[in-house]
This record gives sequence, C-alpha cells and structure tokens, in this order.
Amino acid sequence: MDQDPIGHQPEHPPGQSVWPIGFAIGIACILVGLVISWWVVAIGAAITLVFGFLWIMDLSGHPVGGSGAPPAEPAVPGPSGTARHHAAQPTSRSGFLSLATLALGGLIGALVTIPPLFVAMIPPFLKQGKKPVDLGPLDLYPLNEWRIVTFRLVPNEGAVWNRTAYIRYNGPTKSGPSFTIISNRCAHLGCPVQPLGLIQKSQSKEIQSVNLEPVRTTPVIAVSGFSCPCHGGAYDTEGNRTAGPPVRALDRFQYAIVKGRLVLGTMYSVAHVDGTGKDAQIQKHKLFGPGQHVDGWEQIFYPFTPPS
Amino acid sequence: MYPLDWLEERSGLVGAVKYFLFRKVPGDVNWFQTLGSATLTAFLVQAITGVVLAMYYKPDPDAAYESIKHITNDVTLGWLVRGMHRWGASLFIILMFFHMARVFLFGAYKYPRELNWIIGVLLLILGMLEGFTGYLLPWDQTAYWATVVGINLNGTGPIVGPFLSSILRGGAEIGPDTLARYYSIHMLILPAAIIALISLHLYLVIRLGVTSPPWSKTAAGSPWVEEEEEEEPARKGLVQPQPRNGGRA
Repeated sequence: MDQDPIGHQPEHPPGQSVWPIGFAIGIACILVGLVISWWVVAIGAAITLVFGFLWIMDLSGHPVGGSGAPPAEPAVPGPSGTARHHAAQPTSRSGFLSLATLALGGLIGALVTIPPLFVAMIPPFLKQGKKPVDLGPLDLYPLNEWRIVTFRLVPNEGAVWNRTAYIRYNGPTKSGPSFTIISNRCAHLGCPVQPLGLIQKSQSKEIQSVNLEPVRTTPVIAVSGFSCPCHGGAYDTEGNRTAGPPVRALDRFQYAIVKGRLVLGTMYSVAHVDGTGKDAQIQKHKLFGPGQHVDGWEQIFYPFTPPS
Repeated sequence: MYPLDWLEERSGLVGAVKYFLFRKVPGDVNWFQTLGSATLTAFLVQAITGVVLAMYYKPDPDAAYESIKHITNDVTLGWLVRGMHRWGASLFIILMFFHMARVFLFGAYKYPRELNWIIGVLLLILGMLEGFTGYLLPWDQTAYWATVVGINLNGTGPIVGPFLSSILRGGAEIGPDTLARYYSIHMLILPAAIIALISLHLYLVIRLGVTSPPWSKTAAGSPWVEEEEEEEPARKGLVQPQPRNGGRA
C-alpha cells in the first residue's frame, strides 16, 4: 500500500455527483421564498429534500440510476493512487440502524430547535402596523417657520419611542395645506441630525396629543439646512444631501389634516427633492434603512426591504 | 491522599487533572503563549461579574437605567463589579486579538491545528457579538445611539442587509422588545455558545499539544540537531503524537 510519511489511510474521495447542484438550487429557492412567498419556500424545501437524498445515496455508494463504479480519475489527486474498493455493498443491519438513529435524532433535534428559531427571527418580517400620530392644532405651525417637533411614535410604551421631526408649514395649496415634514434620522447611519439655525428654547411649547402623549414644538429661525454631528453629513432645507457620507435625502413623513390637527402618517424615503416648499417635487420611495441606496446604480444591492 | 484516591477511583477526574497539569510542552515555549490563558481569564471575569450584575439589573425599558444607577451607587462594591465588567469587556476583545496575532505569527494554525483556528475565529465573532449586545443594556443615550448606528451599519450590506438589521433590531425600530431580546442573547445564548466553543478549543489544545516558537531549533520540520532516526521528522510538531487509524502499518 502506498504510504505518505504521516501514515494516511488510502482515501475514498466522494464519487462525482451532480445532485449537489440541485440541492443548492433548493436552498436558494427556500431563501428567496422567505422573502417572496411561502409557496416558493415549500417548493424549495421539496427540491432540497429530493436532491439531498439523491446526493446522500451517491455518497454512500448506491447512486440512484447509475452504476456503483468509481470514476476514472479522482477530482483531487490524493496521496495514494492505490485501488479503491468502491463496490456497492448491501447495507448491513448495524449500518441501517445507525443511519436510522442519526436520522431520527436529527429530525427530533430539528423539530425542537427550528420552531424557536423561527419565532425569534420572524418579527422583522411581519407587517408592522403603525398608527397615525397626532401633532397638535394647525396654529402651532405658523407660515414658513420651522419647528422642531418631538413626539411619541407609539403611544403608551415609553420614552424609547420618542422621535423628532423638522416641520415647516408652506402655505395652502389646491389639495390642502402644504407641510414639509423631515425626519431627523440621518440617511447615512441613523444619527440624529441637527438644524443649522438659531434654536429658541425659551419659546418651546408642550401640548398633549389626542393619545395623551407629550408633543413638544420648539421654533428654530434662520434655518440654512441640517447637518449630522456623527460623520459630517449635510443637507439643505428640503433635506437633499449637500455634503458627506449620506447616500440619499432625508426621509419624510406623510401627513394628513384631521379636524384641524396635523396628523403624521408613515415614513418614506426620498431620493431627491426638486424645487422648494409648496412646489417641491419629491421623488418618493418605500422606506429604506440608513445607508441603503434608493437610486443610482447602487440600488441593485437593495432589491428587497422588510415590511415596515 | 485518601480523598483524592477516593475520587479517582470513582470518577477518574484526579487522573484527568494530573494529565492536564503534567502534560509535555516544548522546553522553549515563550511568554506570548500565555495570551490564550489570559483571554480565558478575562472571559471568566466577565462571566462572574456578569452573573453578579444580573442579580441586580432589570431588563425593562423603564427600569434598566435606574437599576444600573442602583448598582453603581447603592449596591456594596457595585461600582467595582460594574467597572470590572465594563473594562473587562474591552480587555477581553484586546487580548483575543493579541492571542490571534500570536497564533498567526507563530504559525500555530497549521496542520493539525486548523480546526482550532476555525473555532478561534468563531469565538472572535461571538465575543464581538457579546460586546454589541451588552452595549445596549445600560439603556442610556450612548447605548441607544451606538446600537442604532451599529445595526444600520449591518443594514448597508448588499441584498441581506435590510433583513439582517431587521432581525438584529427585532422589528423595524428599536423598542422595548429589542432590550429584552439583547438581554437574552447577551446572557443566555452567547455565553452558552462561547463556553461550548472554549471547551472544544481547550480540548484541542491539550490533545494536539503546544507548539514551539518559530525560532525554535527543535521546531517541526527541521532535522534533529543530533541523533537517532526513530521518529520521523514530520511528527516533531506534535508533542503528544496520536497514532492515526492504520498507524504505520
């Protein structure tokens, strides 16, 4: 027998097999289906199981639909060129029992671990229902004046839901009052963006929303833009990026006027805003996380977003 | 001694400890090779101080920060335990990197220690995750914003980024659930995984033996300075050579 200095036993390299390709396709189907639809997951799981079974049969020397003869040349030249006994042998009772024990144990293990993992990982994929946020009567927002507004995104769950938005009333339009409502979360990595202007803390007002949550408005004058203290991102008064690492404009909130009060809707991402104030043309997108491109060639990196 | 004999006869543990203490190591081992034990000690300090902190910490969003203030100001030596945990975390990561660098520069990741290196890399990742999840627990401004930015960093990765950040947050926004999730990960899942991997890491170190430093004259591969040819040169790196299946026959 051939022998290398370390005393290798002659190796049995796995037989060449095409089934891993199908297995891989099945896994890919499962992952894609997690995003798109449960039917695709089911199909992917079926493909994975079928091809996985065929692959294992190949490896154990009982290839389905083929002879048990080894290929002419091993895929990787091994240290020993000696003959391999690769003939298919009937499964012995102990072999079958050990295989069955491992398979059953694996199945039970999977049954016990996969549901908790599923429960732990599933919340991000569920639709998050957000209720509208009341921001007080319209007279809190004088014409063409910026206000820093702090509010609670979700009522009755504490200060962790505090959010800030920069709001300016632009005047009436055909379709109702026009507001510019810009989120303070930087589009680079989510740090709180600051207004470049004079903040008049002494004129800050706090009211109660209809949900009995505090809403605080603070005037800020001579606003020339916004900038982020973390990494130096800068934006203009419409939220367009003017400098620094942010990848798009600041996110905005949808809004509605309900019984003379300003009400905040869902957040959305903005690629760019042309024009200002009432005449702003906003290129809207679904809400993306900070650092994720919504336009330009880099948007191919972010084809899917979880529901928000 | 009789108690030890009693224990040994009934469990074999004394023999195991003796095997560990008196195993052979090369004569020319270097002080840098103590970095692994130093990292282990740092981890043990974190585990013990963490257990003490867990007795007083409240993982509820309304009570978390207050409980930390309570630990720091009211609990006897609470300031010391909290400080050791906070600084020990940095020490753990730094020592891990030094240990990793030492292993790399000594070539101690080569055959037959590749699996040990892989386990070490996994331990590095788990250690960093421990740091990341633990950082949120004080629930103050630093904790909150550092976690926001850290999660968003993960979110910028292509294709899976948005989902990864959603999973890390436990939803679309950091909320009360995030704190509970991170507490569970920080003190249940990750320590269990780290302890399991460290045990495997140590088992492999004991089984495979300690390497000589690269400048050693008797290192694996170089011929014996003197004498007999009864051992093949390639086995010299293995201080306790374990014959493989089939041996030499």
